[in-house]
Amino acid sequence: MSGNLHQTSDASKTSRADQAPGRLAAYRAVLASRMRAQRSYRSNFVIDLISSGLVGLIELAEVWLLFHQVGLLGGLTFEQVLLVFGIGDLCFSLADLFVGHLDNIPTYIRKGTLDVFYLRPQPLLLQLMTSDISLRRLTRAAIGLASIVIALSINPIQWSPAKVALLALTIVCGLVTYASLYVWAAGVQFFMVNGAEFTNAFVYGGRYASTQPAAVWSAPLKVLFGFVFPVALVAYVPTLRLLDLPGPAGFPTWLAWCTPPRGAVDGGLRPDDVALRRTALPRRGRLTWTRLSKHTV
Amino acid sequence: MVALHPYIRLLKAGFRQQSAYRLAAFGGLVANLTFGFLKVAMLFATVRAGGGTVQGYDIGSMSAYIWISQGLLGSINLSGRIDLADRIRTGDVAVDFLRPLDVQVGTIVTEVGRALFALIPRGLPSVAIGALTVGMTMPTTPGPYLLGAVSLVTGITISFATVYLVAVAGFWLIETRGIQILYMVLSGFFAGLFVPISLFPTWLLVVAEATPFPSMMMYPIDILTGRVTGWASAGLFLVQLGWLAAMLLVGRLLTLAGRRKLEVQGG
Repeated sequence: MSGNLHQTSDASKTSRADQAPGRLAAYRAVLASRMRAQRSYRSNFVIDLISSGLVGLIELAEVWLLFHQVGLLGGLTFEQVLLVFGIGDLCFSLADLFVGHLDNIPTYIRKGTLDVFYLRPQPLLLQLMTSDISLRRLTRAAIGLASIVIALSINPIQWSPAKVALLALTIVCGLVTYASLYVWAAGVQFFMVNGAEFTNAFVYGGRYASTQPAAVWSAPLKVLFGFVFPVALVAYVPTLRLLDLPGPAGFPTWLAWCTPPRGAVDGGLRPDDVALRRTALPRRGRLTWTRLSKHTV
Repeated sequence: MVALHPYIRLLKAGFRQQSAYRLAAFGGLVANLTFGFLKVAMLFATVRAGGGTVQGYDIGSMSAYIWISQGLLGSINLSGRIDLADRIRTGDVAVDFLRPLDVQVGTIVTEVGRALFALIPRGLPSVAIGALTVGMTMPTTPGPYLLGAVSLVTGITISFATVYLVAVAGFWLIETRGIQILYMVLSGFFAGLFVPISLFPTWLLVVAEATPFPSMMMYPIDILTGRVTGWASAGLFLVQLGWLAAMLLVGRLLTLAGRRKLEVQGG
């Protein structure tokens, strides 16, 4: 009931905004209505905000509990790992804020409601990105940001212009890397209906992995999360570089500067590039097969 | 016995329903293994840094904990999500109340059926692959396995009896995603999903033990792996039964109250 109401009001807003000048007006209208919709169940929204903050805190507690038992893990102290955790978690939460709801794609595909998006004259990915901006994810990003600030203030760092640039680049490129993981996972859903857990292993597994000191990983994990899904480059390797620590086997610290090219390879999240292409599969008319454009994969 | 018959059929239906999603089960197994190996890396490193043992866990028993907990991931509901929540929000639950079945028992029994199926494609392979690749220490007497199996099924049932409470809160809140996420955050942590709760500092252990979550996963694993034996394991099982009874009772009361509160619009 309420869902239908929201949709109709969205549609009328969009069409009115389309006549107004400015290409982004439609998206602004859609986003504003999504934000209003979230706040309409007020008690649920407050619990949402608190829970998301708790997610961040408990993930930090999981790391802290191990350091509570021993002083040094993978060559890092808890103070040093706090920086790894902060960068990894901030980038992930921001990517989650912008594209995390691509997780809903399997539901759209199963119910056949994805076609509605194709009927609108806007790129599919951009529509999906603006289909739901969850404000609650901001509290979790705040935990990540707080971890970074605390870690930067308690660890001795020899600041230089290069390091400032590295930190800024790392956060931007980490965000792009995670966003790419989400887009990749959503694209795969067209081929494996009900296979979300398969991709979750690498999206959420990637988040979990990126907050760890990668020195403790076995060789297959280093290949998988260092280079195939390069989450070790999001936080761990840049942290080593910032703290002037030596890199373990497989992760020389000059790799820290490779996050931007890696992010670019994975991402290329320019909305026009990532317009999802639709091709009908003749033999099974019911299914709509869609592929990511070459630029993204 | 006649009264139980439909529920036994629901249990079987849940079991068979889940068997239709083989690819999903495979995806789940991949997720179990990926997280499993990441946990092996971190927790083994902790045990080694602790000089071979941490809180009584050595490499072998830590491995048993990791792989059994990963294997249970598809069977114990630590996500807080359950179909009933959607049925309450949309009002479809009104139809369920018209059926000659108890909504609470019917829901939990169907979910437990699905959960038991998940042990076959996800639980057993996770444990087997873990045992083959990194080895694990398990008890050599039959006792822990017998009580462990019963305790495991009890743990699975407690998880669904508790998630049922999250869903019926929808009678008052309508949108329950907030508490569902709250459940997801707390359940995994306190059930001992990422770090065994014995590694918690005392104050946090006390908090964990005051919740039903360790009864879902940690206690069954402790019993099954022989970390707790004899009367102590019987004690843990009794704690589980207590939580099961409590969760079912609260669920019953909330269902009765919620049914009166239920307002379905449309015609």
